[in-house]
Amino acid sequence: MPTLRQVKKRIRSVISTRQITKAMEMVAAAKLRKAQMKIMQVRPYSEKLDHILIHLSASAGGELMHPFFETREVKKRTLVLITADRGLCGSFNSNLISRARAWLADKDPVNTDLILVGKRGHDFFKRRNWTITARFADWGGNLDYGKARDIVDLLTKRFVDGETDEITMIYTQFLSTTRYRITEKMYLPVERPQIEGNQAVNQDYIFEPSPVAIFTDLMPRYAYTKMITALADSFASEHGTRMIAMGAATSNAGEMIDTLTLQYNKARQAAITKELLDIVGGAEALKG
Amino acid sequence: MFKLSIVTPEKVFYEGTVSSLIVPGSEGYLGVLTDHAPLITAIVPGKVMYRDSEGHELTMAASFGFFEVSANHATLLVDSVEFASEIDLERAQKALERARQRMANEAGNIDLDRAHRALDRARNRIKVARDVQR
Repeated sequence: MPTLRQVKKRIRSVISTRQITKAMEMVAAAKLRKAQMKIMQVRPYSEKLDHILIHLSASAGGELMHPFFETREVKKRTLVLITADRGLCGSFNSNLISRARAWLADKDPVNTDLILVGKRGHDFFKRRNWTITARFADWGGNLDYGKARDIVDLLTKRFVDGETDEITMIYTQFLSTTRYRITEKMYLPVERPQIEGNQAVNQDYIFEPSPVAIFTDLMPRYAYTKMITALADSFASEHGTRMIAMGAATSNAGEMIDTLTLQYNKARQAAITKELLDIVGGAEALKG
Repeated sequence: MFKLSIVTPEKVFYEGTVSSLIVPGSEGYLGVLTDHAPLITAIVPGKVMYRDSEGHELTMAASFGFFEVSANHATLLVDSVEFASEIDLERAQKALERARQRMANEAGNIDLDRAHRALDRARNRIKVARDVQR
């Protein structure tokens, strides 16, 4: 049975922990709102870009005139893993890492490069014998367009220069505050756009200056937009998960405080009873 | 009348019905009216003008992007766009200076292309702003 003072100290420490988790929950909620807004902002652009790409490839006779579409025999692979910079977001990072490990399980370390976005993934893989080509960390939980551009530049350059034949991305797709889905997606080469039975697709387009020139302009933006979308989704999932984890921690702390307070009161009552008994016993003895 | 959407990676800038539109295509300015033939073109920094359904004429400075029109639906996808009347000339001047400096520093570097584009953008914004604000 812990003493009164020990219980009191324990209660105080749990109260301050609860304050911290509560604050983290609120910060995560604010960042989640921002991240969700970024997803909403980029979505129309991304959709229209897909739309133009479909029309372009349909009208250009199905010919995809850009190096980003080039499929080669896969000798060297690259994995881009997007994790969070920080922990305290439940199983978010460990889920992503275990998915990445599962993907890597049958790959050859010599011909597989890792590009790690987020500190957590890097911290895990730097101790293992995979080649880490690049690391993009310290995002502060916000989408940084300049950094995203750097990632895209690096990836596309490596692909076009033949330093890698296939780039896969593992990240989380944001579904709702409480839900995300770990997604494995081919980043490069770009998958052939799906042409649906849409009447607008079969129109004869005029291209200025030429389909090739438009592909040249379009594809880097397409790659950039896909990266922004993936990053925005990842950040939103991270903040959502952290908000839930911290919310749970806060309510657990509350329960713990209740239990400890009960224990404290019981111990206090026992002490008073004991003291009373002592006094009464002493008085009885004096009377004797 | 036809539908026009102007979209940037940051937001949907404009969505509405317009009666005429002028965009800076890579091969020169082109005017779009109702029932234009289907067209896809690259966009270079320049002046975008449209006349909306109420007859107001609006002028914007746009940077690189694409333009598509088909079935009376026009889409302008650009990296950035702003109303000429809202351009801060002083800030645009500063951006131009910065871009010039970057050009000088980046000579022979792979980022030269980026610096070039920044310079084009800055020049265009100043030009469009001067045209309208004068």
